[in-house]
Amino acid sequence: MKKINALLPLISAAAAVAVAFGVPDSSLHQKSAHPYFAYLVIIVTVIYYAGALIGNAVNKKKKKKADNPLFYRALFLAGVILFFNILNILTVKTALLPVLYFPALDRVFGTLVEDRELIGKCIAFSMQLLFKGVFGGLIIGFFMGIAVGFSKTAAYWINPIIRILGPIPSTAWIPILLVVFAKASSASAFIIGISVWFPTVVLTSSGISNVKNSYFEVSSTLGAKNIHKIFKIGVPAAMPSIFLGLFNGICGSFVALMTAEMIGAKYGIGWYVNWQKEMMAYSNVYAGLIVIAALFYLIITILFKIRDRVLGWQKGVIKW
Amino acid sequence: MVGAIKFDGVKKSFTTLEGETVIALGGVDLEIEKGSFVCLIGPSGCGKSTMLRLLAGLDTPTEGAVYLGDKKVTRPDHDRGLVFQDPNLFPWLNIYDNISFGLKVRKLFKERKNDVNEFIELVGLKGFEKSFPHQLSGGMCQRASLARALIGHPEALLLDEPLGALDAFTRMNMQDELLRIKKEKEMTMIMVTHDVDEAVYLADKIVVMTPRPAKIEKVIDVHLSQPRDRNNPEFIRLRSEILKILDFAGKERDIEYNI
Repeated sequence: MKKINALLPLISAAAAVAVAFGVPDSSLHQKSAHPYFAYLVIIVTVIYYAGALIGNAVNKKKKKKADNPLFYRALFLAGVILFFNILNILTVKTALLPVLYFPALDRVFGTLVEDRELIGKCIAFSMQLLFKGVFGGLIIGFFMGIAVGFSKTAAYWINPIIRILGPIPSTAWIPILLVVFAKASSASAFIIGISVWFPTVVLTSSGISNVKNSYFEVSSTLGAKNIHKIFKIGVPAAMPSIFLGLFNGICGSFVALMTAEMIGAKYGIGWYVNWQKEMMAYSNVYAGLIVIAALFYLIITILFKIRDRVLGWQKGVIKW
Repeated sequence: MVGAIKFDGVKKSFTTLEGETVIALGGVDLEIEKGSFVCLIGPSGCGKSTMLRLLAGLDTPTEGAVYLGDKKVTRPDHDRGLVFQDPNLFPWLNIYDNISFGLKVRKLFKERKNDVNEFIELVGLKGFEKSFPHQLSGGMCQRASLARALIGHPEALLLDEPLGALDAFTRMNMQDELLRIKKEKEMTMIMVTHDVDEAVYLADKIVVMTPRPAKIEKVIDVHLSQPRDRNNPEFIRLRSEILKILDFAGKERDIEYNI
């Protein structure tokens, strides 16, 4: 049973490649320069087997126990390839799905290759904007949260502001921002910043006010001054909550980024998708969506890796 | 004198949310010699924990003052170590970092680095330096919290029912360790406890307290030599004497103040 499982991706991939090369394309679809879909299937399959076997060998050598048995994801991968195989048949092979909205897979994946320069530029632009906004919102949210969590005066003045301004969807600011900021990119960064700032400030301050008072009392009997109480007790103890805020903020920032790129942006991955949609180039739209998914997946994975490192002391944290 | 403690007419009252004034401690005078082991015992609401918090500097007295040596206690500091019933280890630090916390915030870590290992050994936690608090048993955590309080060489160690949450065996074990540490480090120890046996086993001086009004009922000097035998006739006599005082007070005990 297990042996067959291990071979399933190979069988599924062979079937997909056979269909791609063996079955003639429908005349309704535009011709693609290369059979990109077949190439992708072959590459993914090779990488999968190589990765699984090398990983297994490394684990054996280091005598480390693997998280999952060998070929644990084989069935899943076989299923995914089968799904795309069927999609390939429904689109380019038979044109059973509307041709305009469901372009050939070859052309979707082909866009990633042929349009890579523009897409690369868009990614760089988006990441720059995202970084600016997230970083700004995070820093301001973090320190404001600390102030509100520790100081009654700060809480008195800042809390109402957070409650009134925070729940406004960041995109609703656009009309005002376009007047306030000279540059559209600053306005875009501000929208992203606001969407990160709100969850960060709320969860930082609530995290700090939920820290057990006895931690502060113990620390002061050990000779800790106020600065230690803030950065050595309050912040680390509130870290799980702060990370929750950051996670919510980052997820919100993705939405904000897509919207922000609609105001006066020249590049950006959200702009790309939108622009291609208006040109009715749906293969490019799908390619853009694939890039967005990969990018955001990567960012969240990095965030969780950092969290696992910082919050390793916690019992039973959720794995990503 | 360094390490001696004096409560001089100390009163503590506070106002509840409903505007009532509650007296947590009503006029206490007490002198504790340097290097002695004092147990504060009494039912809930008798003010024993309040006395400890005032001495630690976590609360300030409404009237009177507390002195450590000739210094008036105004705020918490490292010359008075404190151990709670809950170990209160910082969960984000491993045992080593928990124990060295005090040295680090006082910028003494570099010069007194060797102390950390010494105190880890003193409380028998060698080999657990890298463990996090949630990976250890309650008894081990309490040992770590003891080491954390001791490493700053406090003049007085304040113990607020530190053994209350431990099982009977660990508890007896820890009692002996406390006596060993006190002998080795020569410090004043003040312990709040509910357990009459524990008080008679450990203390040079037992302060029996009663609630409503929260005050000292009697101070009993224990003249038994260490190590003590729990079946010694004098031990048993002292125990029944304390129980008698507490039982008398217990008849009108109906409200528990959460202090």
